[in-house]
Parts: sequence; structure tokens; C-alpha cells
Amino acid sequence: MNTLLLVIALLLAAAMLGAAWVSIRVHRVATAMLAAGLVSLFASVMFLLLAAPDVAMTEAAIGSGLTTFLFFFVLGRVRGGRDD
Amino acid sequence: MIRNFAVLLLLLGLAGIFIHLMQGYIPATELNQSAHYYAAHSAEDLGAANIVTAIIVTYRGLDTLGEVTVLFLAATIIGMVLANGHKAQRSLQRQLPPSGELLTTASRLLTPLILLFGAYVFVNGHLTPGGGFQGGAILASAALLLLLTDPLKRFSHRLIAVVESLSGLLFIAIGVLGMVLAGGFLDSRILPTGAFGTLFSAGSIPLIYSLIGLKVGAEFTSMLNNLAETEKS
Repeated sequence: MNTLLLVIALLLAAAMLGAAWVSIRVHRVATAMLAAGLVSLFASVMFLLLAAPDVAMTEAAIGSGLTTFLFFFVLGRVRGGRDD
Repeated sequence: MIRNFAVLLLLLGLAGIFIHLMQGYIPATELNQSAHYYAAHSAEDLGAANIVTAIIVTYRGLDTLGEVTVLFLAATIIGMVLANGHKAQRSLQRQLPPSGELLTTASRLLTPLILLFGAYVFVNGHLTPGGGFQGGAILASAALLLLLTDPLKRFSHRLIAVVESLSGLLFIAIGVLGMVLAGGFLDSRILPTGAFGTLFSAGSIPLIYSLIGLKVGAEFTSMLNNLAETEKS
């Protein structure tokens, strides 16, 4: 792995940690969900850098796409509904 | 206080374990025996351009069958648990605010494209990165987009069940056929391997991966459908 790739990978790792921290600490639920999706997105780019495009695709489709959308879907239902 | 101390202790212990692992880590300079076999032989044995797919569908086909079964169980259990909850009653449905013009129009444009892309991903699983699981998830995200646009939209349970069980059955049938016609269970050489790198090559791998894609897509869609049905909305 040459120097440029190493720098990009380190930046990605830092961004992942930052996004994970944001998703834990932030108070608005929607922001936390977006940050959690961002962690998955960075992770999928990281898999691509590590020469695993198949895993990167799974991560992007399920971790970043489907899960984030599902969270928002459920958030919409919970917000709109009455308390049981 | 004592809780914080316990957390700190746990973190320190984890850090110790990881440092120990890190120090013992020697990067592998060459492939190990089975990896070497896969890298050297999968192209001529199976005719699949994507070695990962050759491993997942043929060499480790039984594991893939297990994964699909686990996903099926998860979908079934979600269906069972949510079916016992309060079923949506038509009279209790509240008026939802209409989804925005942007979302409605964009989903009309995007849904066919997403479905097409999902099908492309699993049909070309033996040539390019991706395959049944990824393609299935993309198919389900199209269903999710439809649900986001119209929360009251329902997909036919019967259709989902038929697609899901039919593709599962055919997957097993192809596996058993491999036992009769070729080397063993889930052997993909029941069809001719064809020209390397073309769509109709690699024996039954594209067939199996398409079935897996349909099955995974149907399972995810049924989970979403069940989630959407339970709430009173």
C-alpha cells in the first residue's frame, strides 16, 4: 500500500471514529441516524481501499442504505403515532 | 462510580488484548493452501471471472445455503412476532400528511432504475463484484422507497411468499442436481462453463445467484412489509 493510500485510509479511519462519536453523543435522533449511516459509508470506502469490492457493496447496500432508510422509516412512524 | 470503574477496567482489558494481538501480527506474504487453490483453479474449474463468487456459490456453497436459511428464519420470526401485535385496523387509521412532490416524483423515476440495477448486480455476480445478497438488498431498497413515498402501500404477501419459497426450492433442487450430474451438492458444473467472462458462463453460478438475489429481496421486503403493517397508521 503506497503512501497516498495509507493517508487516505488513515483519514477515513479518523472520519469513521468522528462520525461514530457524533452518532453516540448528539441529541437529535435524526442526526445520530445520519452519522451512523456515515460510519457505514466510510467503512464501505475502506473495504474498497482494502481491495474487497464485494464486501464494500454489501456494506454500502445494507449498512449504509437499507439500515439508514429503515431507521428513518421507523422514526417517522414513531413520531407520528400516539403513545401506547 | 463503581460502574465507571467497571467500564474503565473493561476498556483497559480490551486494549490489552488488542495490543497483544497487534504485536503478534505478522502480515501474510503468500496465500495459504486453500486460498492458493481457489486463486489458481477457480477460473479453469468453474469459469467464473469473479473468484469471490466462485468461492461463495460453489466451494463454500453450503455456507451460503446456511446464510440464506438464517435470513429466512429471521424474516419468519419477525413475521411471527409482529403478527401477534396489534394488527392495523382500518377504522383507526389516521390521516397521514401527503409525501412531498419531490419524493413522489423521484420515486416514480428511481424505482424501476433501482430494480433494474439490483437485477443487474445479481445476474452479473460471476463477472463483477456483487451478487445475490447485494442485489437482493438493492431490490428491497426499492420496496423501501415505495413505502417511504406511500406509507399505506402494501405488497402482496402471496407474491412475496411465492417468490421466496420458489427460489429457495429451486436453489436446493439445483444443489441436488449437482449431486446427480456433477461432483457433489451445489456443484455448479451441471451446465457447460461456457466462454470465460461472458454472461452465460460459469455453469449454474448465475442461476443460483439470481435465485439467491430474488430470495433475499423477497425476505427483506417481507420484513419491511410486516414492520409497516403493525403500526396503527
